[in-house]
Amino acid sequence: MLEIKGLKVKLEEEDKQILKGVDLKVEAGKVHAIMGPNGSGKSTLSYVLSGKDGYEVTGGEATLEGANLLDMDPEERAAAGLFLAFQYPVEIPGVGNMTFLRTAVNSQRKARGEEELSAADFLKEIRAKAKDLKIDAEMLKRPVNVGFSGGEKKRNEVLQMAMLTPKMCILDETDSGLDVDAMKLVAEGVNALRSEGRGFLVITHYQRLLDHIKPDVVHIMADGRIVKTGGPELALEVENNGYAGILEEVA
Amino acid sequence: MNAILKSKQDLAASRLDAFQVPVTAGWSSLARKDALARVQATGLPSRRDEYWKYTRPERLTDATAASAAVFQHDEAPVFDGLERLKIVFVDGVYDAAASDDLSLEGVEISRLADSGDISWASELYGKLETAGQDPVERPLAALNTAVATDGVLIRVLKTPSKPVSLIYLHDSDSSDVVMHHVIKVESGAALTLLENGPAAARFNCVLEADIADKAELHHVRAQGRDHERTAVTHMFARLGTESTFKSFTLTVNGVLTRNECIIELTGDDAFAHVAGAALGDGDFVHDDTVFVTHDAVNCESRQVFKKVLRNGATGVFQGKILVKAGAQKTDGYQKSQSLLLDGDSQFLAKPELEIYADDVACSHGSTSGAIDEEALFYLRARGIPAPIATDFLTLAFLAEAVEEIEDEALADEINSRLEGWLIRRRS
Repeated sequence: MLEIKGLKVKLEEEDKQILKGVDLKVEAGKVHAIMGPNGSGKSTLSYVLSGKDGYEVTGGEATLEGANLLDMDPEERAAAGLFLAFQYPVEIPGVGNMTFLRTAVNSQRKARGEEELSAADFLKEIRAKAKDLKIDAEMLKRPVNVGFSGGEKKRNEVLQMAMLTPKMCILDETDSGLDVDAMKLVAEGVNALRSEGRGFLVITHYQRLLDHIKPDVVHIMADGRIVKTGGPELALEVENNGYAGILEEVA
Repeated sequence: MNAILKSKQDLAASRLDAFQVPVTAGWSSLARKDALARVQATGLPSRRDEYWKYTRPERLTDATAASAAVFQHDEAPVFDGLERLKIVFVDGVYDAAASDDLSLEGVEISRLADSGDISWASELYGKLETAGQDPVERPLAALNTAVATDGVLIRVLKTPSKPVSLIYLHDSDSSDVVMHHVIKVESGAALTLLENGPAAARFNCVLEADIADKAELHHVRAQGRDHERTAVTHMFARLGTESTFKSFTLTVNGVLTRNECIIELTGDDAFAHVAGAALGDGDFVHDDTVFVTHDAVNCESRQVFKKVLRNGATGVFQGKILVKAGAQKTDGYQKSQSLLLDGDSQFLAKPELEIYADDVACSHGSTSGAIDEEALFYLRARGIPAPIATDFLTLAFLAEAVEEIEDEALADEINSRLEGWLIRRRS
């Protein structure tokens, strides 16, 4: 599904190498987790894959089902099936959540040469999906993420994911700023989307999200590289011994 | 006499040459004579005037109007589908055939050119304009009062069933039009007044509105369209106790537009909101100059102006709130913002507060910025192509001004104009 080979990235504005050769392969139907200390490059990886400005790829490649992601505009990557659940979902005053989502869904359909969803069908679908995530009609009417609590913002991300039905989902610290109940709700939403044809890359600092979204593979990232890969037990090791122990071990 | 004043007076004299002055027009003759004397004394604005520091007045004061081509397009006119009483002017001349019958229950509508004794209008014509000359001279409004050739006189006794809609068609490339309207909304009545159309190659329009106690005037205007046309407009509004004045202006294109709005809150608990959205591309100068005077207790005034500028367009905002001694519990607010879509465009803002009462809340905010890159990326990451995402954010920026329109159908009309403009410019 998602294949990253030797990806090297530096900041555009300054001479600072963030990713120093990342190798990663996420298969369809699998959930991979990336854990790592602050500043290891986890979020940068998610931004570079989704096409945010400000980064320069200095080496390597990233493909989604064989298509070169790094050559595409952010909207093309989305239409190709990539989805990033933001760590900090952006508030957009003046743009209604519904309008935003309908435009997003139909832009992607159009880009893929599919028929656009009618207003009625869209409404039916979003109502059902919003209900599962305990997102009320009022929240859908409001401007995108404006006045949403931390939990509401993350639920809104999952709602977008559910509506856009991407092939490859990257969750960037989706647990940050969430209490236990909110985290469960979000995790349930994500789990409901797990399917054979869909890959997940879950970026997190902590084991606790992985209690709810059970990964198949866990990677440890440090200083711009994947330094260790293992099964779910690797996350528990981090929880028990911290990153320091693992980093010493691989050093 | 100093040389600057002399040159301004010379400007006035050559501009007035186009008219037979003084205009003898029955009931308005006295007001016109008075206005003529005033504009002859002050002369016309020059670029040395503080009040014209940001916008060069030459194109508005030159003896003859620069030619402006009529823009051909196939978009339906704004407000087209709405139920309303239409009054049509072509290059400033009333077109009876294109207009609706002027009878509307609760409303007396006459033309400025009508003769006879229209006593309510003769008590108002030029009066609010004269009052609005202090403390800042507005010579182009005085000129208008002196020589205006057409316009409407609307007296609202009872709230009518539909809006009155003034439609200004532009047909001649060289039309140089001076129009003057007088509106009186009597106690307890409400009127919705619409204005739209490019009007003329050069347009000078004055609207005087006297809004009595507990009366309401809702004004929505869409101006511009023809790229080469110039316009200067003055709205003078006087508000009585517990009255409401809400005005919204959309300006789309037009090489030069100066909209002055002079509001006087004279009765307690009155409410005046004036808002504007301007979209400028290329050779476009748009100037909102607003002067709100609070002269009563517990009144609210709000100014919300938003401009989207690209390809070297210029936006100007001069806004003032004057709170007179005794105008306690005043709530005055002004906001002027620009969205600069490229590095070539500029926004010049001069917010002013002058307060002589001690128990008031007045504030102003002025910003200039580019499209929010974070928001743009968020939208694109969801699959929305960059041009559409940019339009979304542009409309979102303008929304606060458009929301000042109370009537949803009218707001929808304005929004569809905005969207049309943006879509035509999608890269």
